[in-house]
Amino acid sequence: MKTGALLFAIAALGLTGCASLQPVRVQPWQRAALADPIMNPGRDPLGKQMAEHISFSREAASGGGGVGGSGCGCN
Amino acid sequence: MSPRKLLYPLLALAVQATLAGSASAQVKAGDTFPSLSGAGLAGAIPETAGKVVLVDFWASWCAPCRASFPAYARIQGEFAPRGLVIVAVSVDEVQADYEAFLRKFAPPFAVVRDQDQRLAAAVGIPGMPTSFLLDRSGKVRWIHEGFHSGDTEPALRRELELLLTEK
Repeated sequence: MKTGALLFAIAALGLTGCASLQPVRVQPWQRAALADPIMNPGRDPLGKQMAEHISFSREAASGGGGVGGSGCGCN
Repeated sequence: MSPRKLLYPLLALAVQATLAGSASAQVKAGDTFPSLSGAGLAGAIPETAGKVVLVDFWASWCAPCRASFPAYARIQGEFAPRGLVIVAVSVDEVQADYEAFLRKFAPPFAVVRDQDQRLAAAVGIPGMPTSFLLDRSGKVRWIHEGFHSGDTEPALRRELELLLTEK
């Protein structure tokens, strides 16, 4: 029992180490790469439409991407 | 001591340590804005003592910042004679992008670069762009995040009219 309590205490103390772990937040001044046009998946309307068509045909599902259809994957 | 008795004090300790570590500094309305001259900014900082100051954080890659510069140029032309100083603080990491932006827009107001993002971090800017309007005593009176052509410029003009009439 004493060993169990000791292990528990060590594990619980280890939790305090998590205090230094903060949620990662990209700072506003670090968002240059995120603001790059290449990060926009909809920058090419034709390419986006084709990708959506392939996606909903292959996944046999529609909706969510703004594409209509029956979901049978036949078109 | 049983493990159960040990559990609660240790958990309390862990929670307390986590909360203590998560506090972040952010300048709020009513606070005194950090000194621009002591922030290690690259570029000439204009004289701001006794003036109403607009400190605007921007970056060359930020689309609303591009929209804000012509508006600030208009405001500078109109309000500078009445005691407004605009200081645009770039947080660009790439100096070439910063210089290309300035060549393109040629702003008529002071522009400096916070190359280490030290001031931006000290102020705790929530997004890009963010502007702080300071009264003549250096206190933050108005904070605005983002720039929307139709809304931000009239709102800024209203605030400026109020502040510039204060002595």
